[in-house]
Amino acid sequence: MNQLLEGLTLSDLTFYLVAALTIVSAAGVVFSKSIVYSAFALLGTFGGVAGLYLFLAADTIAIVQIMIYVGGILVLLLFAVMMTHKIESVDVTSRSMDLHKALPPAVVLIALIGVIAKKTEWKLLKAPDDNPITAKLGDAFLGDYLLPFEVASLVLVVALVGAVVMARREVKGDFSRKAEKESE
Amino acid sequence: MELLLISTLKVILVFAIVLGALSPLAGWAERRQSAMIQDRVGPNRASIGGFRAWGLFHPIADVIKLMTKEDFVPATRNRYLHTAAPMIAFWSAVVTFAVIPFGPWLQIANLDIGVLFIFGIASLGVYGATIAGWASNNKYSLLGALRASAMMLSYEVTLGLTVVGVLICFSTVGAQELVVAQAGPIWNWGIFKQPVAFVLFFVAAMAATKRAPFDLPEGESEIVAGYFLEYSGMKFVMFYMGEYIEMFLWSALATVLFFGGWQIPWVPFEGQTWYEFAGVAKFLAVLVAIAFLQMTVRWTLPRFRYDQVMDLGWKMLLPASIGNVVVTAVVIIATPAGGVLQRVALLVGNAVVVLVALAVAAAMKGENKIGVTTEALRTQRSEEAVH
Repeated sequence: MNQLLEGLTLSDLTFYLVAALTIVSAAGVVFSKSIVYSAFALLGTFGGVAGLYLFLAADTIAIVQIMIYVGGILVLLLFAVMMTHKIESVDVTSRSMDLHKALPPAVVLIALIGVIAKKTEWKLLKAPDDNPITAKLGDAFLGDYLLPFEVASLVLVVALVGAVVMARREVKGDFSRKAEKESE
Repeated sequence: MELLLISTLKVILVFAIVLGALSPLAGWAERRQSAMIQDRVGPNRASIGGFRAWGLFHPIADVIKLMTKEDFVPATRNRYLHTAAPMIAFWSAVVTFAVIPFGPWLQIANLDIGVLFIFGIASLGVYGATIAGWASNNKYSLLGALRASAMMLSYEVTLGLTVVGVLICFSTVGAQELVVAQAGPIWNWGIFKQPVAFVLFFVAAMAATKRAPFDLPEGESEIVAGYFLEYSGMKFVMFYMGEYIEMFLWSALATVLFFGGWQIPWVPFEGQTWYEFAGVAKFLAVLVAIAFLQMTVRWTLPRFRYDQVMDLGWKMLLPASIGNVVVTAVVIIATPAGGVLQRVALLVGNAVVVLVALAVAAAMKGENKIGVTTEALRTQRSEEAVH
């Protein structure tokens, strides 16, 4: 390990940078006034979390996080934001912050996490340098955990079908209303 | 320390190949080739001391021009995102080359998740287009960005699924392992196990690079230049080069998945130095051949309309690639591994997928829902205009 300062190795420094990226951009997501900036800040959060996975020697999870959350979900989110009305005026805001209502749950949650972090015995495991987990993960998904895996995908299918049904109904309504107008 | 030195050398070598040789020459090759296809002369004027070198000096002139060009930006842009967008587009294309195995030793990082890494990072390229379109604060740019993100998202699904069949055949996702698995006679190559997957991959990859016939995000006749309309100078070059590099990326991945990477069939000289260099040369030759094919398609076919692109992606390529995955999985489980039976069964399965896809396409041709809707809307609008 390369020692940069006393007690601070290069990998420590990288960890703190990645953690700072995650937290700072998460704060950006919450506190940004422009919804587009929030979406872009989410990019940093997802990337930072992928970096944390890498520190846990879970490279497959990290790249799947990038592929699904950054490459898929966030792009769709941005797509939806851009499709919103009046996107060219930048002040599409997400002003739904109510400090008085949000503060008590936040304090309770932070206290809870703090207590848990304090009570847990943290064991330091040495992460293996080369840890091929892709094959093991695949075996687990299609073996022991086949049922939860399939149920999760079923939930996604239900959501997808629901979205399609909702989107289609709207179009039909429009057409029928126009037809009514014409018949009048 | 030695490891660091070797890695640095590898990085320099790979990026010298990709950025120093392939990309500038691609611009020249594309202009010469398009001239050939369109029966023109093409660039041949730039000369050094009367020596024209078939227009090879044009890339040098281009580079000097583009580097010294004024970086003209719109006043109402979003300052930070407008600058970040071309960097993202360029970065996502270049970084993926870290896991491409050009040769047995010429690979920057042999990741366990090789192919997944390529897909993960390449999927970030869509941010380049999306952010560029939004940050330019221009209607045409925004429209181009919307088209680009919709198209790239749609075709990424197909791109990922076509590869799954190949990964099932070789049961690995590591790029170097995929190449090693294709050693021996030529029918061990991926293309002889998954010919349909190659065709689907090639089409989806062309869409992923946003090049003609899938260049509707820039559609000059409708939205001027789409998402990079407000870019000039080196920022524009980063989009432009990123596009070429992405083209080479998908060509390189096709070489790894379907054409045995650096393996030369029937040549049993594994481990000898000259063989390894010959392997690198073979890899580059196949890569250039696939890139040439992409260029030929680009200069042959006209641009798709938006609904045609979506129809092709979601109604033709995606079902075909899902069918291919299912058929491949069944064949691999049902037949003994590595035997002649499995090889023949895979080809038969592929033929079945093609036949079913063609039959469904022929049946669907009569009832093109989108076409009917557009037609109905058009009559409705013209009626409204009359009233």
